[in-house]
Parts: sequence; structure tokens; C-alpha cells
Amino acid sequence: MEMQPIVENSSLMLDGNALAGLLQDVFATEMTVAPVECASCGREGEMGSLWAFTESPGYILRCPTCHNIILRMVVTPDKIYIDARGAAFLCIPTRIH
Amino acid sequence: MKRLLEWQIAAVRAIKVETPRVKTFTLALPAWSPHRAGQHYDLRLTAPDGYQAQRSYSIASGPEKTGEIDLTIERLEDGEVSSYMHDVLVVGDQVELRGPIGGYFVWEAGQSNPLLLIAGGSGVVPLMAMIRHRSAVGSTVPTRLLYSSRTFEDIIYRQELEKLSNARSGLEVFHTLTRSQPLDWVGYARRIDLHMLEDVAKPLGDDFRAFICGPTPLVEAAANGLVSLGVPADRVRTERFGPTGGA
Repeated sequence: MEMQPIVENSSLMLDGNALAGLLQDVFATEMTVAPVECASCGREGEMGSLWAFTESPGYILRCPTCHNIILRMVVTPDKIYIDARGAAFLCIPTRIH
Repeated sequence: MKRLLEWQIAAVRAIKVETPRVKTFTLALPAWSPHRAGQHYDLRLTAPDGYQAQRSYSIASGPEKTGEIDLTIERLEDGEVSSYMHDVLVVGDQVELRGPIGGYFVWEAGQSNPLLLIAGGSGVVPLMAMIRHRSAVGSTVPTRLLYSSRTFEDIIYRQELEKLSNARSGLEVFHTLTRSQPLDWVGYARRIDLHMLEDVAKPLGDDFRAFICGPTPLVEAAANGLVSLGVPADRVRTERFGPTGGA
């Protein structure tokens, strides 16, 4: 069952920007301008344009169009877990122009 | 190109009081690298027992300032990092920083579209980096800043904005004060609404780019307002900083 976003939480919402440092830790490149496609509605946009929820045990990025969870990340002292089943694709830049 | 983020130890070179709740910290970076206007640094504090707290802060200075950066930080009542920065830190102290970070909420003077900047409270900080960058390179791209503060005393960078906004520069600044206004106040005196957005945005034409930064409810109102005025969503970039510290 897919959780629906809780309306009361919208004041806690941030942008994909807010996870820029963590994403760079994982992917070793600047990721907020990386294209990502929502597996649920097909919206394509930059990671920085996703909605970020950080006030939870993990970090959640949602599609701003259909609210589908695109990416979940959980950081432990020695591991980072990523669940990206909500992304149809994630394009990781390998060269900075 | 190496893109891994490394922590470095920065020394506090100066502290400037901007408003009763806001200070600017000038930090000297041993491994300074040029940033883009709108980017941020992560700042980390470590207690003697090893406990760490980390926050992201927008860079206030333009990319033209080398070797050091300015971070303008609002003191939040329950902010364990901002209260330490405000109440404990003195010139000569050290903090850990890594950055510059981010590429999404960024403006460079080479972009020629008119600019609509919308700020709530300390959300003005990354926009100020853009304004300083714009001014430093002599850009005359038509630019309008709509800036919401609680009171007159809460306006950050008020005098510098006044100085930079003149007919020749193409920068115009519109303040709104949401909580109280001086007796002779002629600016807006309400929260940002559709009518205000239309007033400020209209003279920029229809191919402007918008950057909105502030507390989440303000950013929501401004971004949704622009989209309902017909601005394509991909021309509106937002940086929300949550429910606190607003205007």
C-alpha cells in the first residue's frame, strides 16, 4: 500500500536542494540538477525540484506532481540505504560542463 | 573532476549584527573554492563528547569574494546550531564546513532573462548572493526583489539593498512588512498574495526566471501564485527552509 502524503506535514516540506550534500556523498557528484523520472506519473525534472521530507527517520523525495515517493534514503553510522523504486530512471552526470 | 565533499576547518574572521535576530559570519576557508550564487555550505559542530549537529546555510557573499565566505544566519529559538553560532562563537573561533553545495537554486550573470526574486525573512540570503554577483559584474538584467519581513527592524541588508537599487542598475526592491510598520511606511503591509505578485512580476514581461526562498508556507504561496498567473513551473525555482524562522 502506498502512503498518501499527509497534508499537515506540508509545512515541513523542503526541496531536493536540501539533500544536496547527502546526495553528493552517495553519488560523488552534484546531483540537484540531475534528471529523474517519476515511475508513477512520468514527470521528468531535476532532483532539486522534488519535494524533500527530512523530519523522519529517513529522507524522502516525492514527486511534486503526483506525490509518489521517488527515493528513500536511510543513513546509519556505517551505511546508507537507498530505495529508488519510485524512479523510472535517475541520470547521474559523469562530467561537469 | 573531484566532486567529493571534504570537511575543512574555517576560522571566524568577522561577525556582523544585521538585525536583532540575524548575524553575518565571515569565515576564512583554507581550501576555498569559487561558488555559484545561490549555493550553500554544510556547517558542522562537534561537542566534546563527540555529539555532532549539522545544518546547511546559504552563502550570502557573491562569488567575487575570494578566500572567505559570508554566512548570514538567523537565530532560531530551538536551533541548536544557530543559537551556538549567535551566543557562543567569537572572532578567531573555528567551525567545520564543507561546500559549496548545490546546483539547482543557482543564478549566474550570464543568464539574460529578467529576474524575479522573492524572499521571506532570512530567505533573502541566497538571493543577496545573486544580487551581489549581479552588481559585481555590472549586469543590468532587469531584476525585482519582493522581500517579506515581519517588521522594519527585521529587514536584513536594508541599507545595502537601498544602495544597490537605483534606476541605472535595473534592480528594484519591494518590501512588505507583515507584523508592524513604521508610521510613515509606504511599502506593502501584508503577506505575499496574488495581487502583490502580479504587481511586482508584470513589468518583467513573460520570460523572467523566478527564485523563491523562505519559510515553506511563504514559498508555497508565492510559487503557486506565480503558476496560477501563468508562469511555467520550470521557470520557478524554490528553496524552502521549513516551518520556522519566517516572515
